[in-house]
This record gives sequence, structure tokens and C-alpha cells, in this order.
Amino acid sequence: MKKLTLPLTVQDLTDLHAGDSVLLSGTIYTARDCAHKRLFALLDEHAPLPFDLNNAVIYYAGPCPAPAGKACGSCGPTTSARMNAFAPRLLDAGLGGMIGKGEMSEETERAIVRNKRVYFAAIGGAGAVYGNAIKHCECVAFEDLLSEAVYCMEVENFPLVVAFDSYGNSIYKR
Amino acid sequence: MFYNNVMRKINTQEIADCVYRLARKAALELTPSCRAALEKARDTESGAAKFALDCILENEQTAQREQMPICQDTGMAVVLLEIGQEIFLTGAPLADAVNDGVRRAYRDGNLRKSICDPLTRVNTGDNTPAHLHVDFVAGDKIAVHFLPKGFGSENMSRLFMLTPAEGREGIVNAIVETVRLAGSRPCPPVYVGVGIGGAFDGCALLAKKALLREVGSANARIDVASIEQEALEKINALGIGAQGFGGKITALGVACEVAPTHIAGLPVAVNIQCHCVRCQQVIL
Repeated sequence: MKKLTLPLTVQDLTDLHAGDSVLLSGTIYTARDCAHKRLFALLDEHAPLPFDLNNAVIYYAGPCPAPAGKACGSCGPTTSARMNAFAPRLLDAGLGGMIGKGEMSEETERAIVRNKRVYFAAIGGAGAVYGNAIKHCECVAFEDLLSEAVYCMEVENFPLVVAFDSYGNSIYKR
Repeated sequence: MFYNNVMRKINTQEIADCVYRLARKAALELTPSCRAALEKARDTESGAAKFALDCILENEQTAQREQMPICQDTGMAVVLLEIGQEIFLTGAPLADAVNDGVRRAYRDGNLRKSICDPLTRVNTGDNTPAHLHVDFVAGDKIAVHFLPKGFGSENMSRLFMLTPAEGREGIVNAIVETVRLAGSRPCPPVYVGVGIGGAFDGCALLAKKALLREVGSANARIDVASIEQEALEKINALGIGAQGFGGKITALGVACEVAPTHIAGLPVAVNIQCHCVRCQQVIL
């Protein structure tokens, strides 16, 4: 299986094709519905975002609390389609890619191709595998949202499948 | 009081403690019938779908070894109680006791608190209130069912108010169409709970209760079992596969429950459950 380390290079993105399975390591940021709404409010006000969006990878996820001795609790992906309202604008603003589960809209897919980015599918329901692969986890914004806050995570060997590549190919059939 | 002397007494604290144990257990393990169906699916599939199913099966072992929930969506706490009418309940009000069990389990088990106000989206912070439903039955026992219901799949559920003319064909189409429209989003392979009959609200509850049945079980009524069978075959012909990666197994099973309805109607509720079937039950 292909091993990848973030941030993704242009060469990495060129080599990724829908259906490839990869093990991803590096820094990612979680954001779900409520966090995206707040990120949009900041963008609208031209206020700084709580993390550098440029080349960043957002993981559509909200973790369980960490058990003793662990960096993070169970943390699999949530349904990406709910973030269709947000993804195109973030991709145009520099977002490097997304990790989630399930198909996204054609508008999101066009933004991925336009910006030559990638959308990875994590395996929904495999929260313990992903939680265990998170080596460091820190809340960087919107702490009041609890599990829906933005967490910066160091991950090691996240098992993912390329769901939508920079060429416009999808693993999901329509 | 007369009833106090002859009826079996149960303090609702006992129900709270039972909910606590079931909630913690449910977060960490699949039902045996679900696990068996996933193993069978894994042995049937290839490519990305097999990769996903391998990961899902490995995940349960990781969950138990690391004492981390199988899925981070530890759900809305659905508690279904069947209370024998010969029981005299003492102690705190029943709903308070159930919520107390949920609150403690989600705190101690490191389970995610996923319940919020529908408009302000402010989290209640302890995963209460539980979705509690009580049926009164004969006898002096209490059956406690706990179903952590994730919302990736709940969001894909639908209710149809069909006409009697649409009949059996309409029912099968409603089930298959719901799964087709859900596509990759509800974490397939799914388990499909279907309510047929009753009224608008009762039909949806029937669908949820159907999810308590063992994966692979058949309704005792032959005509209902044949709907389950036909719907399952048509769903698996859709080719959605595990996680939507394409494959032969899109659903692990279809479970239909029926109730009498009005002469003018044919309600059908389709409640989608992801591949993490985690219900637990105990009899007190």
C-alpha cells in the first residue's frame, strides 16, 4: 500500500488515482457542520482563520473523548455530503484536500479538479482504528463545540482510499 | 397500599444501572449476527470493498483491545422498554432513571456526546435525553433494549404514505429506492429496518424496533418474509457495496415489521442502520 506524508506535493497529487488505497501520515484538522459555519463567518469578515488553510487537509470527523493514556478517542469519518455547502469555497481558498466518507456533490468535485486536490474516503465505522492512529490531538478552535470543535491531529498510517482524484475520477458510481 | 404487597417491586435505579451497562457494552461490540454477516460479506467481495470490510472487522478487535468505541458516533441513546404490567416501579421517575444511566455511561465510557438543540445546536453535554419508548406487556419482567443510533444512517431514513393500491410492489420499491438514494452516505453495507402499517408515527417506531431483530432473521409471516427477501435481492443488485466502493453486498439484511393500519392508507417507514449493529438487551 502506498505511504503518503502530509503536506501533499504536486507529484503526490499527480500520482493519486481514484481507488488507490494509501496510508496517510502527518497533520490534519477536524471540522464538521458547526465548525464549518464558523469558519465561513470568519471568511465573510475577512478575519484570520484558526489554522492556515493553505494546503491543509480537513478531516470530517468529531472524536470521542480520549481514554486514559491515549491522544484521542474513537474517531472515524462523518458523512462528507453535509459539507458540500462549504467545500468548494474552502478549496478555492487553498484547502489541500479532505477526508470523509461517501460521495460528494458535482460542485465539490469540480472544485477538486479546478484546484488539483484530492478527496480521501476513510472507512466509516472504523473509529477505533483511526482513533488509535492519532498520536497527538489538540483543540485549536471553537472549544465550546465539544466534539464538533476544530482539532489539530498528528496521524500515523491512516488507512484511506482515494475517493475522488485531481483528474475527476470517482470511486463512487453514479 | 394493597398493590405494594403482592406486586414485584423494581427500583428504577436498577433500570438506570442496566442502561449504564448496556450502553457501555454496545459501544464496544457488534451483535454476533452482524459480525457473522460482515464476515460473510468480506469473503464475498474483492478490491476496495474487501479492503473496507477487512478494516471494519479489524476495527472491532481494536475497539475491544483499546477500549475505544467501535464508531465515534456512539449515537442517540435509544432505549426501548417492555415493562410487565405486574411490576410496581419505585424510586426516581422512569425517564429520569434512564437518563441517569445514559449520562453516566457516556461520561465513564468516553462515548461521544452527540445530542444538541435542533435550532441553537448547543450540545446538552451528556448525551441526554435518551429516546425512550415504553410498552406495557404481560408478566412481571422488564426487557431493556439499548440501541446506540448513529445519524449518518438515520439521516438517510424515509417515511412513505403509500396508497393501498400501491400494495406490495410499492413497499418493495420504497425500501429499495431509500437505499439507492442513500448511496455511499449511510456507511453501507446497511441493515434496513422497515415498518409497514400503523399510523405516521407508529410506523416509524415499528421500523426502529425491526432493527432490534437479528441480522439474517426472517419475519414469521411468509408474505412479509418474502418482501424482506425480494427487497434484499434488489438492494444487493444496486452494486453500491461496502462504503459505496462497489460490490455485491449493499445490505446485510432487511427486517420488516407489520401492524394494522387504516383502510385508506399504507404507511411504510424505512429506517437505515449502518453496518455497526450494536444493540444490546437484558431481561430484569
